Amino acid sequence: MESIVKVDELVKKYGELTAVNGISFEVREREIFGMVGPNGAGKTTTIEILEGLRKPDGGSVRVLGVDPQDHGRFLREHTGIQLQQSILPDRMRVWEALDLYSSFYPDPVDWEKLLVELGLAEKRNTAFTKLSGGQKQRLFVALALLPNPDLVFLDELTTGLDPQARRVIWNLVRDIRDRGTTVFLTTHFMDEAENLCDRVAILVCGEVVALDTPAALIRDLGAEERVIFDLDGVLPDSFSGAFSSTIQIEEKGKRVVIFGKNDDEVPLVSKVVKVLTEKGIPFHDLRTEQPDLEDVFLKLTGREMKDEG
Amino acid sequence: MKKYIKMTWMETKLFLRDPLCTFFTMAFPLMYLFLFGFISGNEPTPMYGGRNMIEAAIPNLTAMIISMMGLTFITVTMATYREKGILRRLRTTPVSPLVLLVAQLVVVFAMTCLGMLLLVAAGKIFYNIAIQVNLFNVLAGFVLSSFCFFGIGFVLAGILPSARIAQIVGMVLLYPMILLSGAFFSLDLLPEGVQKVANYLPLTYVVKLLNGLWYGEPWRDHWLNVGVLSSILVLSVIVSIKAFQWE
Repeated sequence: MESIVKVDELVKKYGELTAVNGISFEVREREIFGMVGPNGAGKTTTIEILEGLRKPDGGSVRVLGVDPQDHGRFLREHTGIQLQQSILPDRMRVWEALDLYSSFYPDPVDWEKLLVELGLAEKRNTAFTKLSGGQKQRLFVALALLPNPDLVFLDELTTGLDPQARRVIWNLVRDIRDRGTTVFLTTHFMDEAENLCDRVAILVCGEVVALDTPAALIRDLGAEERVIFDLDGVLPDSFSGAFSSTIQIEEKGKRVVIFGKNDDEVPLVSKVVKVLTEKGIPFHDLRTEQPDLEDVFLKLTGREMKDEG
Repeated sequence: MKKYIKMTWMETKLFLRDPLCTFFTMAFPLMYLFLFGFISGNEPTPMYGGRNMIEAAIPNLTAMIISMMGLTFITVTMATYREKGILRRLRTTPVSPLVLLVAQLVVVFAMTCLGMLLLVAAGKIFYNIAIQVNLFNVLAGFVLSSFCFFGIGFVLAGILPSARIAQIVGMVLLYPMILLSGAFFSLDLLPEGVQKVANYLPLTYVVKLLNGLWYGEPWRDHWLNVGVLSSILVLSVIVSIKAFQWE
């Protein structure tokens, strides 16, 4: 099967700065492919090259089997694009935007249906400027779906939205994929990538440092679960002696975090509870945390994801 | 064709929904007409070289509408569309920028016509002005003058970096030009030095051409005005195409 997007050794420079430094990846049919990384990692540059808005300085790019630079019109008719910073005229109403934009495409979908599917039916006569952030983004998703596209680009779709609006958008994106449309998205939220994407490419400083399903990336990290609890008193020195030297114990005020390679037969959490009970140490709110994509990112880059959204 | 019609209708609605736009193209010129009428009715006035006040004011206020449309409306709208990413959004569709440009021109021209028609109608209804014009000549002069200034507007929108700057530059060019071009009082009343400055203002040629044709002067008396305005038009089309930026 031909891949929807194929990128080989893509390079993009802005003067002295190399924004994208020889990246390669493929996007498969009917998947949600996510590109994650901190601001300035080259995500938007990459997506804009795929959309044909920017010209690459090196490497090859194929989108739906063609070069975006040579077949711009074909791609604009068959892809849906949501731009990171985009706006409509203040006084344009929701239905007017959909009606106008659908006149641009040779074979548009029925925008009345989209209006209902994206939960904008009640807002059909509302001016763009009066929409909430989530409603604006849903309108842009609707505009991107108008051409009945084979591929949809979503650039930082949920940046600036509240958690509830983000979840609504996530479900929309899953619906798009389930209909058979491939989705290429960028985000700087690790939880979004982990929850939403079928495969994730982690981009740091213009290079792809990892690419796989979120589950495989986390598994490959080889990180173990972490056990966390809050103390009522102080932790006796004898506590750490009960664990092997590969286990690390961190005290942050009243909170204790225990993690590391567990050589015991029993799971780490059982061991911790056993030691706490045996030594009669009062504790509360004991819980475990599974490693997530954020941990993968930390491990790969040695720094925390900077969330400026 | 469908996209041209939809886009033009959309831009028309957006224009009419903007109170500032409708005020400056329709209410503002009428306000002046009635103000002049209040001062001296439709009597001969030295302000317009002894011509009847209201009759003389119509071509001059029309020149004012044309210059406002070109220098402020087109400039600010196009610069805003670029700055806010509306053009960029459009670029992600198969539509050509020409569709938007054509729609803008149609809307702006229609609104300028409407502004002029309101002036003529008010003059006729309230002051019973004599209208003995060669309609074809006046309209031809009006079309040339309008598109010349619309062209200047597109050039400014293309070369100025932001909507805010476009607005300031538009205003700075517009107001002195309206005052010094003879649109508000006959150039003969101004000192010689100022009259020389007026020769460098495009609006002066619009004022001279529209006034001349309004009073039935033949085209041969206006070859200079037509020549200057046509040259500006051709030049601005070339420059605005070169200067057009999506973002």
